[in-house]
Amino acid sequence: MGEFKVHRVRFFEYMPTAIRAMSFNAHTERLALARVDGSVEVFNFADRYFQEKVIPGKDAHSIEALCWVGGRLFSAGLHGEITEYDLENLRPKYSLEAYGGPIWTIISNPQGTHVIGCEDGTVKLFEVLAEGVQFERNLDRQKGRIISLSWHPSGTRIAAGMMDMIRVFDVLTGHAIQRLLVDRSVGGCKSRETVVWTVVFLSDHTIFSSDSAGKVQVWDGHTGTLVKTHQLTKWDVLALSDESSVVAGTSEGTVVQFQFIAPNLQQQEKEWVRTRTFKNHTHDVRALVEIGTAIVSGGMDTQLVVRPLLEKFEEKCFASGLRRIHFPHRNLVSCAQKARLLLLQFPGQLELWRLGESDGHGKPGDILPLKTKPEKLLYLKRKGKDHICCSALSSCGGWLAYSTVSSVRLYRLQTDNNISITKVPKLPKVLRSAHQLCFSSESSYLFAASSQSSVLVISLNQSECKYVHTLKPKSGMWILIYRLCVAVDGKWLATANSDCEVHVYNLQKLELHCMVPMYSSCPSAMGIHPTTNNLTMVHADQQIFEFSIAEKQYTVWSRKLQMQGLHNLWLNRDTPVTHVTFNPKNPDQILLHDMYMFCIIDQSLPLPDQKTQFYNQMTLRSLSEQERPSHLHAFKVCKSFQDLMCMRLLDDQSLVVVERPLMAINSQLPAPVRQKKFAT
Amino acid sequence: MVEHTGIRVVHRGGSKINFREPVITSDSRFLLCGSGESVKVYSTSTEECVHDLQGHTDLVTGVVLNPSNHLQAYSCSADGTVRLWDFTDGILIKTFIIRYHIFSIHVSEKHVGVLFVVVPMANEKGSELFQLVAVHLPRSGDPEVEVGELSAVLCDVSPNPGAVSFGTGGEYIAAAKGLQLEVFFFKKQKSYRFSLKSGMNKGINNSFTCISCHPKEDCIATGHADGKIRLWRNFNQKKEYTYSTLHWHHNAVNTLRFTPEGTNLLSGGIESVLVQWRYTQENQKDFLPRLGAAITHIAVSPDGSLFCTSHADNKITIILSSVKVSAIIQGLVKDDCVRTDLMIDPRSKALVLNGKPGHLQFYSLHRDKQLYNLDIVQQEYIHEQGVDQFQVVKAAFDTHGDWLATVEERRQKSSELEINLKLWSYDEQTQSFVLNTTVTAPHEDQITAMCFSPSPETTLLVTTSLDGHFKAWLLADHSDTEESASWSCDFVGGYHLLKPGCCCFSADGSLLAFGFQEVVTVWSPTSWELLTTLSQPPGAVRDLCFGRLSCSKYLLGTSTKNQLCCWNLLTCSLEWNTPMDVSLLQADPFSENMAAFCSQSGSTDLFVFKPSEPRPLFSKKALCTGKVERAIFAPRDQMLESSEEYSQWLNRSQLYFLTQHMDLMTFSTKTEEDRLLASSKQLMVDDSVAITPFYLLLGRHKQQQQEKQELLTNPLAERTPLPQGSIAIKELLDTPAHVLPSASFLCSMFVRSLLVSSSSRSKLEDNVCTP
Repeated sequence: MGEFKVHRVRFFEYMPTAIRAMSFNAHTERLALARVDGSVEVFNFADRYFQEKVIPGKDAHSIEALCWVGGRLFSAGLHGEITEYDLENLRPKYSLEAYGGPIWTIISNPQGTHVIGCEDGTVKLFEVLAEGVQFERNLDRQKGRIISLSWHPSGTRIAAGMMDMIRVFDVLTGHAIQRLLVDRSVGGCKSRETVVWTVVFLSDHTIFSSDSAGKVQVWDGHTGTLVKTHQLTKWDVLALSDESSVVAGTSEGTVVQFQFIAPNLQQQEKEWVRTRTFKNHTHDVRALVEIGTAIVSGGMDTQLVVRPLLEKFEEKCFASGLRRIHFPHRNLVSCAQKARLLLLQFPGQLELWRLGESDGHGKPGDILPLKTKPEKLLYLKRKGKDHICCSALSSCGGWLAYSTVSSVRLYRLQTDNNISITKVPKLPKVLRSAHQLCFSSESSYLFAASSQSSVLVISLNQSECKYVHTLKPKSGMWILIYRLCVAVDGKWLATANSDCEVHVYNLQKLELHCMVPMYSSCPSAMGIHPTTNNLTMVHADQQIFEFSIAEKQYTVWSRKLQMQGLHNLWLNRDTPVTHVTFNPKNPDQILLHDMYMFCIIDQSLPLPDQKTQFYNQMTLRSLSEQERPSHLHAFKVCKSFQDLMCMRLLDDQSLVVVERPLMAINSQLPAPVRQKKFAT
Repeated sequence: MVEHTGIRVVHRGGSKINFREPVITSDSRFLLCGSGESVKVYSTSTEECVHDLQGHTDLVTGVVLNPSNHLQAYSCSADGTVRLWDFTDGILIKTFIIRYHIFSIHVSEKHVGVLFVVVPMANEKGSELFQLVAVHLPRSGDPEVEVGELSAVLCDVSPNPGAVSFGTGGEYIAAAKGLQLEVFFFKKQKSYRFSLKSGMNKGINNSFTCISCHPKEDCIATGHADGKIRLWRNFNQKKEYTYSTLHWHHNAVNTLRFTPEGTNLLSGGIESVLVQWRYTQENQKDFLPRLGAAITHIAVSPDGSLFCTSHADNKITIILSSVKVSAIIQGLVKDDCVRTDLMIDPRSKALVLNGKPGHLQFYSLHRDKQLYNLDIVQQEYIHEQGVDQFQVVKAAFDTHGDWLATVEERRQKSSELEINLKLWSYDEQTQSFVLNTTVTAPHEDQITAMCFSPSPETTLLVTTSLDGHFKAWLLADHSDTEESASWSCDFVGGYHLLKPGCCCFSADGSLLAFGFQEVVTVWSPTSWELLTTLSQPPGAVRDLCFGRLSCSKYLLGTSTKNQLCCWNLLTCSLEWNTPMDVSLLQADPFSENMAAFCSQSGSTDLFVFKPSEPRPLFSKKALCTGKVERAIFAPRDQMLESSEEYSQWLNRSQLYFLTQHMDLMTFSTKTEEDRLLASSKQLMVDDSVAITPFYLLLGRHKQQQQEKQELLTNPLAERTPLPQGSIAIKELLDTPAHVLPSASFLCSMFVRSLLVSSSSRSKLEDNVCTP
């Protein structure tokens, strides 16, 4: 497999924030997810839950609810504004003050009308127009805040969850026509109000409500009577969702499913019965979505869990497995290979670390003594309210750049003896924000993926930086570019956009060289080989392609790989590959990693077929030298490093592995609600 | 040797009543349960056994009510028959001969004339696979009917009757085995199978243990070995079925039962807590804790007013639907092993052995009823597997039943053996035993034998132990200190550091014999002088027994090397010996007879003999399979007057023995059976009240008294049935109106009929005075 000296880095204290709200667009199969820090993520459920877009958050701009209207995404929060997002430029498009105090919830109906629930007790209707949203009217104002809302599918009724009660409004007249009183908690103190966290209005006028007393209640919406009470927990029931069944998430981290079942199999009459309980979370489940074949849940423990409903699947496939998404599907770490520096990106700051050094030697598996310890050189706080969306470090360690939605900042770094950082004062005007930043290998250019699917080329030298050119694809579509990669010799630049297109630019001529044939899945990582200039792409569905830039066609190896097909164990892995790099000493080797493993693909070795043992490193170790070659295949997988955030090969042939153990993340979470455990 | 056919080995008393689920009759007055080879009918209010339905010749494996007649019940047995009983009168109505070993029986109201029984798959006894077959009962008037037609319904079912259940209105039947649930719909003739993933690699055993179908809705509750209960719904589809999970039990759920209306679900397990779940409100549950032993079955009366739970300690608890215990029917408690000997309490003539953990039980064999439990260990018993707790291992009574000695021990894996010797004196006032002396660590190792001296002058107890010593304990009199007498060690003896294995007093208490491995030593208990040693047999001495009455000069011993020896104590020489592998030697305290149980090639033979005679009085080959370790001669309450020579040894006492499978068996003779039959006929008096011996004594008397009182307080109330009156009224009502005489004429006649004539009045008063 090849032996490396490994820097095992665990000082990246990355901490994802809790999931607050989710919304699923069944038409485009996109899940939008809002975190407590105000960031919004979009996952493509048609493409193996790939995290396509991340819109960075903003200070004091929390999100309480998300909703899709067609392909447009809206959010509302306690700051009292409705925000629409520009999904191509990854920024809020506009915000509209609703004049009702903090907004607790936003929902829309298929006709394209928004409804928001406000702190002051008003339910406001907004019309969604092509260019924005417009206030339409208020429904009758109530005493107390409106926590949750649900449209009846016909669009004529709205159920609103409030403190201690649920109101049903007639949308046409704007009057409240039903008032459903919700009990306070039985055991707890009577003076505490019950918060109706969520309501769901079903088409047969059944209303589900979940509240802070731990109940899920079923109401008849026609008569306003209570049909059934399910006491799920002592704590809050925070989330509800409906599709073919109703699911409820509780503070204990459980998700309970209710199904509409006939109590007698011969009869048609059905009733709602509590059936399965899933426990995939340790903390509060704050957001829940049922997507037909699975239940998607997220909460305080920051992970997104996709729990498939097994009865919906005929056979085993990728979608029928339980998936947990912990880490973002992009790089938060940049590495200066020459200068041995690591740049760690947090939403609020950047950290620059120098790696430790060791001159010891040892057997494989030994821990070498450190000569110099890893050292935190720099703590750079961002300016302004907006969170950092991307950052880059040049390989010589002399330049550092980061971008927020409003500005790009470039710094000159001196790290040799005395550390100094100077902001480059005058950046070109065109460089206002970037989705992706990248330095060329000899640090003479900065490439910034900017709005309108263009890449800005900026030349850097000691004194100034100068705008050189804007690289644009031929078609005039404005599509987000989310991956950039530059060849080591500085000749080629490859870009990937969210329409799964990969463009290759000739940097000497500053023009489009070619476009890689379209593939249905997004590339999750790309790399250009330093000697052969082949572009290696790994897609979200785990397919690997190698494209020869010079010949503008797939290489022989890539065709062979596609002919033979990848091993099932490779295809069914959980997380996408987030980085591709090459071994300059051995041109046959491609290094890639995902969250649970890193892999060296040796192109000189035979490809594995379905029958060969895929994870064969342990068996190889037990074999003798003579037997080994017959068992070798191209995929060499190492799982000794878990929860990988980043893996880079330094110029001195040592590997940097940045781990962020999930245990460490869990230990930093607030304590979950106390539960009595048996025999404790 | 001659085999005697007049004597049968029978189950009498002390059988398991918790083997299968009991049944409560539809009026909730009686409880039926299989007990050994008979079906017992208990009254739910008085706990008394009302009838003993006898007829099966092997273990009864199931009892169900006849769904088409609520006064009848079916019972199935391992003898291959199903019998239909009228349980109120105790009459066998019909016998259906199926000829397979039947493991359980199920019925449904929808399937009239069809029984469902579980039989082995292949017609072999050792087969591990079982099938559920439908038995179509032939319509025929004969009392014994051969059933020809069996049709298989489900293959590979569990033999446990709790793992099969009928669904709503008999539409489907659900059976669980291992990790698979199978539901068979009768209408569609189609079955659906649902499997659970084995959680073995995660250390979870989620296999099915029991099943119960909701009586009104289509919902199946299943219990699992990891303590979970699953409620299955939508099971008429292969994919879209669904279940919810309830979890309270920490060990396997042994049994589950829905109440008849389906509002509650009852479950039980080793925790000995009855859990009542509200259907659809599963968060609310009621508990009935401290039921004493693991729950093995739950039954609910058809009207839902009574529950009953069977327990692992051979007990049935009857519980009101308000979750309160109303009655307890206690059988003979037989743990998986009986550590103490079988003994007879000289006072109550009850059989004494260790019962529930840490207790001695007193069981009346004549009435087949537990008298009381004596708490020996006096520590809380913890219902959990794998906890080492104190166990009663030895007990002995003195001749008059004034003293009881018990030994309890606890051996933990790493630590030393803990032994306590306790001496209990009989308290006349409380009519029970009171702890007198506790000796902690009386010996350094396990106590192997213990016996009281039968001599009337001294109260002396001898214990022998594996530490190589025997100790004599004497009741010391503390008359000067005004304290009650207590026991102390009087003498410690040994013989060449050999380990004593058994000890025995002669009938008059003048001699004491110990078996020190190969050597038998005879001591005088008054002077503690070693009188003689007898060492004939090769092999260690297993049992020692002095002869009685006319044979008191003999000492009998058995050895591990298949020898039965008889020494003459006058000559100190071996009188005779025979090669026999005697596993147990038991002397009858009321005669010279001795019983020797010999194990031979997997089964046990019995020989009853007098030491002085060369020919055995009685012998029976292949008494039962396995070794017999415990036996006792129990005195009869009534002497038998049998004249046949071979059964004379049973005239004064009755020999009970415990088989390997913990079945208490005894011998019954023809005369005895005749007498039993006669007494049961006598008992069969029709009445509305449960008939018990108590009732026969007092109930009728009471009724008479009541009649008397009514007569005294309200003499007119007795008038109505007078013959003249009834005729008059009949005439008045039956005659067509157009032929009747005038009303005034009738009226005077009618009024006259209501008056009592002076002659009948005086007769009544006579009746009152005479008793």
